[in-house]
Amino acid sequence: MAATEQTIKQINTLGDTDYKYGFSTELDEIRPPKGLNEDIIKFISTQKDEPEWMLDWRLNAFKVFNKLPKPEWAKLNIPEIDYQDCYYYSIPKSLKDKPKSLDEIDPEIIKTYEKLGIPLKEQKMLSGIAVDAVFDSVSVATTYKKQLSDLGIVFCSISEAVKTHPDLVKKYLGSVIPVSDHSFAALNSAVFTDGSFIYIPKGVRCPVELSTYFRINAMNTGQFERTLIIADKDSYVSYLEGCTAPMRDENQLHAANVELVALDNAEIKYSTVQNWYPGDKEGKGGIYNFVTKRGACRGKNSKISWTQVETGSAITWKYPSCILQGDNSKGEFYSVAITNNMQQADTGTKMIHIGKNTSSKIISKGISAGKANNTYRGLVNILSKAKNARNFTQCDSLLIGNKCGAHTVPYIESSNSDSMVEHEATTSKINEDQLFYCQQRGLNSEDAVGLIVNGFCKEVLQHLPMEFAVEAQKLVAISLEGSVG
Amino acid sequence: MLEIKNLHVSIEEKKIIKGLNLSINKGEVHALMGPNGSGKSTLSYVLSGKDKYEINDGTIEYNEKNLLELDVDDRANEGLFLAFQYPMEIPGVQTSFFLKTAINSKRKYLGQSEMDALEFAKLMKSKAEELNINTEMLKRDLNVNYSGGEKKKQEILQMSMLSPKMAILDETDSGLDIDALRIVSEGVNKLRSKEKSFLVITHYQRLLNYIKPDFVHIIADGRIVKSGDYSLALELEEKGYEEISKSA
Repeated sequence: MAATEQTIKQINTLGDTDYKYGFSTELDEIRPPKGLNEDIIKFISTQKDEPEWMLDWRLNAFKVFNKLPKPEWAKLNIPEIDYQDCYYYSIPKSLKDKPKSLDEIDPEIIKTYEKLGIPLKEQKMLSGIAVDAVFDSVSVATTYKKQLSDLGIVFCSISEAVKTHPDLVKKYLGSVIPVSDHSFAALNSAVFTDGSFIYIPKGVRCPVELSTYFRINAMNTGQFERTLIIADKDSYVSYLEGCTAPMRDENQLHAANVELVALDNAEIKYSTVQNWYPGDKEGKGGIYNFVTKRGACRGKNSKISWTQVETGSAITWKYPSCILQGDNSKGEFYSVAITNNMQQADTGTKMIHIGKNTSSKIISKGISAGKANNTYRGLVNILSKAKNARNFTQCDSLLIGNKCGAHTVPYIESSNSDSMVEHEATTSKINEDQLFYCQQRGLNSEDAVGLIVNGFCKEVLQHLPMEFAVEAQKLVAISLEGSVG
Repeated sequence: MLEIKNLHVSIEEKKIIKGLNLSINKGEVHALMGPNGSGKSTLSYVLSGKDKYEINDGTIEYNEKNLLELDVDDRANEGLFLAFQYPMEIPGVQTSFFLKTAINSKRKYLGQSEMDALEFAKLMKSKAEELNINTEMLKRDLNVNYSGGEKKKQEILQMSMLSPKMAILDETDSGLDIDALRIVSEGVNKLRSKEKSFLVITHYQRLLNYIKPDFVHIIADGRIVKSGDYSLALELEEKGYEEISKSA
């Protein structure tokens, strides 16, 4: 209770916005100078005590990055990013010597996670959810590690995996998102700092939700998350990531690469609740969220399902995708993207059908309020070998007010005559009569908007793990506060 | 309970209600009858607080409060209920969840704690049974793919669960078959008490066979032109609006 009160107090001092996670933690940090160059990359690699092959991989990615232009396809107004005016590495000093147990971790950091509702201490751990907590550039702690390792499940930070499971990392890192994919992917490959690594062995069904909580704390610092999840044959895992950042006036960069690999009969369910600081009402500050997420259904009958609730960030650029290589493999994408005030989002998915009888399903719900712009961009590509492939796409947009925009840009390419592709799209405005009806039953206007929008998003929210669905519903309502005058 | 004096209302410059007076005491059931375009539905929207209507003159006192100063949700939480002529569909929102949200909004307004899940389930079940509503239906999205009759029953269910002080029924009989009409009317009759008042708006005398009003008013061109007891409704059925209005 005390932590909650403290949070509320902190937020009240932070001014006019309702962002609940906008506090920052005062800590001594280790930070190399600003700028992006080979020395910084070497510094990161040394700090992480990486083997040489990893450093070489990074340096090669940096060369690629320098040759690639910035991706330009999105309907976003992205200010010029000065890569030299940003810190690429920041860790609290107290974490430098790799605390062996939670008792050695700076209590301020533990407190930060408690305030965010993520207790790390054993006796308070969330039941049924193992958490990897990433603070700026480093993983702080991972819960339930012992219980998981008894099942042969590896759940640790990617930095640790580079050292403890080099064969798996070498084999799969960059195998789904090639370094040269686009410039953000190359940048991440060069300077990635931390993220989670998961390996689920053959035949194991992971008994708990695995989850990473990303927190950007330091100023002017980019966060370059790298996550790799491998589900071996006949395995199953459900993973969830959450993200928050302090409210700061300047923009901060988050460029993540997430790779998933599902082998024969394996299933990966990946859920995101993204609530980075969106900037204030005038559009000052906020996170630039450039994320590449891609899953490869390599094995037959494999399945990858993405569920995302995107409510934060000043700019969201994100297309979680599935490469459906294995015969009978399935890809799913369930998305809620909410933009309010000056936020911009360009998000969607790519479903690449390669194997026979592959199927994909896309349900996208875009909600736009204030002066925000929200774009769904998706590609369904059915290659000639993908006999009997199926896709169903449904894109619904909801507008609140008359200064916001919603756009739907679907690309469909089919090189095969026995495939079937369906696309449905709707755009609607929040209905005054519905609002009046709810208010006549005693709901105030914000609760009424929250209720109607949550109803609109239900098909997506119901795919979130139960524990998070309730939180997500609240978040949906909070994100739209003040959107109906 | 409700005191409307010299009410003048327009929408987009068009005058709809032109000097309406109506007084409803606690425990009374009033029927308001009138032809299309006479201002019946406008009155129900003005009372419940829908915007777009301009109040040009007059006062409305509700429960010793100036009704026109209250927000839509505050009016509702003060016990004013409108059974809609066309209940809204809200996709993705389970009917039972909506009911629970409405009940708890009212309790919050009154400074009471939330109703616990068990108590709510019991209340909903007993009220639904009274109205012959299958509780399976309450698991569906609010009013989505409900038949006309189901929607109206749903309104009455909401009314009985929220237990308003002043209920306005806006053409609740339209679109109902005889059986549904009887069930809906019985639901309303069960709610009748010394504490509750009703304003029943309808075109037809038929509904009043089931819900016997204490008073009947005939509205024409934005004014109440004739008031009387139940027999006025029967007279109206016989003579029609035109003749009654003329004789008024």
